[in-house]
Amino acid sequence: MTSRSEILARVRRNQPAAVALPEVPLFDAVVHDFKTNLERMGGEFVSSLDIRKQFPEAKVICSAVPEVAGNRALPEGPNADPRELEDVDVGVVRARFGVAETGSVFLSEAEFKVNALGFLPQHLVVLLDMKAIVPNLHHAYRHPAFREARYAVFMTGPSATADIEGILVRGAQGIRSLTVVAC
Amino acid sequence: MKRVDHAEASSHFIKSKEHLEFHDRRLWDLRQKRDREAEAIPEWEELRALASAIKEHTLSHLGDYLEQFERNATANGMRVHWARDAAEHNQIVYDLLGKQGVEILVKSKSMLTDECDMRPFLENRGIEIVETDLGERIQQLDGEPPSHIVVPAVHKLRGDVAQVFSRTIGTDPKKSDVPYLAESQRQHTRPYYLKAGAGMTGANFAVAETGSFVVCTNEGNADLSANLPKLHIASIGIEKLIPRIADLGVFVRMLSRSALGSPITQITSHFRAPRPGTELHVVLVDNGRSERLGMEGFWPSLKCIRCGACMNTCPVYRRSGGLSYGATYSGPIGVIIDPAFNLRKYSALPFASTLNGSCTSVCPVKINIHDQIYRWRKVIAERGQLPMVKKEAMRMAGKVLSSPKLYRMAVKAAQAGLDYLPRSMIYNPLNAWGRQREVPKAPKASFREWYLKNR
Repeated sequence: MTSRSEILARVRRNQPAAVALPEVPLFDAVVHDFKTNLERMGGEFVSSLDIRKQFPEAKVICSAVPEVAGNRALPEGPNADPRELEDVDVGVVRARFGVAETGSVFLSEAEFKVNALGFLPQHLVVLLDMKAIVPNLHHAYRHPAFREARYAVFMTGPSATADIEGILVRGAQGIRSLTVVAC
Repeated sequence: MKRVDHAEASSHFIKSKEHLEFHDRRLWDLRQKRDREAEAIPEWEELRALASAIKEHTLSHLGDYLEQFERNATANGMRVHWARDAAEHNQIVYDLLGKQGVEILVKSKSMLTDECDMRPFLENRGIEIVETDLGERIQQLDGEPPSHIVVPAVHKLRGDVAQVFSRTIGTDPKKSDVPYLAESQRQHTRPYYLKAGAGMTGANFAVAETGSFVVCTNEGNADLSANLPKLHIASIGIEKLIPRIADLGVFVRMLSRSALGSPITQITSHFRAPRPGTELHVVLVDNGRSERLGMEGFWPSLKCIRCGACMNTCPVYRRSGGLSYGATYSGPIGVIIDPAFNLRKYSALPFASTLNGSCTSVCPVKINIHDQIYRWRKVIAERGQLPMVKKEAMRMAGKVLSSPKLYRMAVKAAQAGLDYLPRSMIYNPLNAWGRQREVPKAPKASFREWYLKNR
C-alpha cells in the first residue's frame, strides 16, 4: 500500500460527521482608508515621484514599467537568472490592485516579470491606479488573478522583523522601503 | 522515553527575573495588540464562527479535499508527495535535494520540519541548512529549538542574541542594539539565497480548488528562498487544507491580527505553479494527524492555524517559557497536541494550565482548548500516567472534598498550619504551590465560620 492510499484511507475512516460549508460574505460595513493602513504598516504613499530625488544614492534602478526608465534591464528569456538583481538599489513595478483594509498591493509574475524584483532590491516603488483599490480582503480574494497567476503576493509595506525583544526593524531581509505612487 | 517535567524545566527559565519579566510583558503586549485589532472589526466574532465552520467542514471531508488539491496542484505543474510520518518526510526531502546535488538549503519558518526533526537528519547527510527567519536563525545558531511558534526567540534578550551572534557570525560582542543585530543577520544571510541550490518553505494554508498554497511572513525570507533557487520544496501538514480561495479572506484577516496584532503579514504569498524552468514540490505530511482526526473530543485541535494567540494569553506559558514544555508545540495548543504524539512523554503538559479558558476565548478558529486540556487530564489519569505525588494528592483531595466534616477539619488545620508550621513543611519539594511563590496569608476565619456568626 502506498503512503498516499494509506493516508487517504485512514483519513476517510476517521473523518468526523459532515459539517456544512458556509458562504463567506463580503463584509462591507466598515470603510477603510488605503493610505492610512499602508503607512501603519511602514509603507510610504506619494502622489507623484521623481525617482532620482527620492533615492539620490541609488546607483542601479531596475524598472518593470514603461513609465519609469531604469538603468538595468530585467533578466529575460528562458535562461534568465533572478540573481542578476542582487545589486539593484530600486525596483519599480505596477500593482494590479490595492486593498484598502490592509494597505496591501497585489503583485504577480505578470507585474514583477522576475519575481525576485519584489525582494532582492533594497527598495521598491509600486505604481498604483487609485481606481483599482478594493475595500477589503474578501473583495480581493474574489479577483480572478488568484486562479491564473503562478505566484501572487500581497505586499504590505517593507520587509520587517520584531524577533528581538519585539523591537520593530523595517528592512529585515527583503526590501527596506516600499513607496506607493498614485498614478 | 523520559517524561517531560514541565515544572522542573521551567525552574531554569524562572531563575532569571529579568528574562521572566520581559517574556511575560512582551507576550502580554502581543495579546493586547491582538485585542485592539479584534475590537476594531465589528464582524470579528462572525469571522471566528466562519473560520471554525470552514475548518470543521474541511476536516469532515478531508479525503476529498486532499485529492482535489493534489489533482489541481499537479495540473499546475507542481509535484505532490505523501509522507505518512517524519522519517518518510525527511527521506523525500533528502532524495529531492540529492537528485539535484543540492549542498545548501535556505529555509523559512516551518514548525512541521521541526516536528519532523528534519534539520539534524539532513545535516548528518552533509547538507548545510540555513534558517532564514531571524528568530529561527538565532535559535539554530544557539542549538535550541524555537520556544514559540511565531516568535521563536522570544525568551531571549538582546544581550543573549549579541552573544550568540558574536560567537557564530562574528558580530561585535559589545554591541547589542537591535537594528545592528538584525542588520548583521541580513548581511550574513543574503549571500546564501544566491548560492543555495534549493529553498524550502512551510505553508499556512493549502487551497483545494486552485491547488495553491499560501505562506504568510514578514521578513521577505520565504520569498527570497522560493524565488531564487531552481528548486522549491514546501512541507505541508494535511490539516492545512481549505476548500476555496474565498475562504482565505476569513483566515488571512485573522491570522496576523491574532498572532502579532497587525492587520496582515508584510508579505502574503500564493504559490500556484512553479516558475518556468524550475521545480516546485509539495510534501503532504500526516505524522499522526489522520489518527488524531478519529479521536473523539480531540480532533478539533486540527483546526489550528498556528497563530500563537493562546500562548500569548496563557499565564502559565508566559511565566514558564516555551522550552520548558520539551516539545515542538508549547503553550495551550501544545499541551493538547503533544500527548497525541506520545502520551507518556508529554503526560505532565496538560497540567501546565490553570484551566482559565483564556486560550479558548482568543482562538480565531474556536478550538475548545481548555476543555481538551481537562479531557487529556482524565485520559492521563485513566491510563495510569499520573505521577505518584499528584495521584496521592488527588486521592486525598477526593476524600477530603467528598466529606464536609473532613473538609472543615482540613480548613482549620490549614489555617493553623500556614501560621505556625515551619517553612520547610510548606516550601518543600512535595508542594508545587510553595515553589517560586509565597503562600498567601490565611484569613482569621473561614467563610463558614463568618456565615454561622453573621447569618
